[in-house]
Amino acid sequence: MSAVAGTDRGVPVAERRLPPISEVAVATIAVVVMGGIYLAAHLPRRAPLGPAYGLLGIAGALLLWNVVSLSRLRPFAWDTFFLVGRWALLAYLIFAGMLEFIFIFDHVRGAILVILTLMLAIYAVNIPLLLAFSVARYQPVADGPDR
Amino acid sequence: MAEVTADQALAPAATPAPAAMPAGAPTVPEFQIVPLRGLPIVAAILVGLVAAIVGNRLWALDFFHVVGGGMWTGIDLFVGLIIGPILGRLSVQARIEFSTRFMPKMLIIMPTLVTMTLAAGWQLARHLGNLEAHYHNHAWLVASYCVVGVMAVIALGFLEPANLAVLFELKKPRPDGELIGKLMRRFVYTAGITGVMQVATLVIMTKLAVG
Repeated sequence: MSAVAGTDRGVPVAERRLPPISEVAVATIAVVVMGGIYLAAHLPRRAPLGPAYGLLGIAGALLLWNVVSLSRLRPFAWDTFFLVGRWALLAYLIFAGMLEFIFIFDHVRGAILVILTLMLAIYAVNIPLLLAFSVARYQPVADGPDR
Repeated sequence: MAEVTADQALAPAATPAPAAMPAGAPTVPEFQIVPLRGLPIVAAILVGLVAAIVGNRLWALDFFHVVGGGMWTGIDLFVGLIIGPILGRLSVQARIEFSTRFMPKMLIIMPTLVTMTLAAGWQLARHLGNLEAHYHNHAWLVASYCVVGVMAVIALGFLEPANLAVLFELKKPRPDGELIGKLMRRFVYTAGITGVMQVATLVIMTKLAVG
């Protein structure tokens, strides 16, 4: 493992080949937004839930793929990743919490509430992951054992 | 790695080379990535927003939606169409000084404006009965969801990560000018796209406002 600032095994950090984590995270945001629009467009009637479950499943699978891909990255600036990730997670949990509060306040119940809550959870994890990855990918890897 | 000087790297290909570059590497002023002094203001706005939603008062909801939406639209248009092109033609030093003062503020202003606009707007539409599927402008409302959705994907997926990555790069002892240039171009282009999309928001919202 390279200890040279700005490089990783002799390759500049900006030029490292990494899995398409950013692209998949953007696709996840798009799928969550599509799910939200689909459900919102049918209110106050209950939308047919098949497409909503489908979009939720796709978003969950994309997020899972990203988490697995991230966990295999060696070496990686994990300190920076977790530094950015935890603060971004705090911020987005607050934003997602506000949206959840509005859904509950507006008497959204049952399966729609479950789907919206799970989509919000994916949103609240996915965006911090994207922000943290976007910063950490350009950070030099510190000395020490690979994580 | 062959060193690319920051001034070479930061100059967008489509813009003329900045005039009168100072010799040597540009100086990066001290800055906070997240301006902590702004957080109490954000907290106060969010508390006010929750109070408006819980109280379900039409004026308070309208205030948060109109003020937030107006500022969001105005800032997007101004940054995307006015500041962006100007930024691309500034000297590297000026661009760095501007970015280190401007981008941290954007990091807390924009998510706050977006949250207050959307949360209050949703509740306002519910209050006025505009969410009903039989509302005569329902198609316009769904169109506004789509426009906001696309803007959210662009802002959350491209603009904000680029903003944050630039700030962290500028914190390094030797920032990579080429990388900053690439990320700044992404920031300016995506801000321009969301700025243009805000025109669609203006069309839809003015249509909804007059019924």
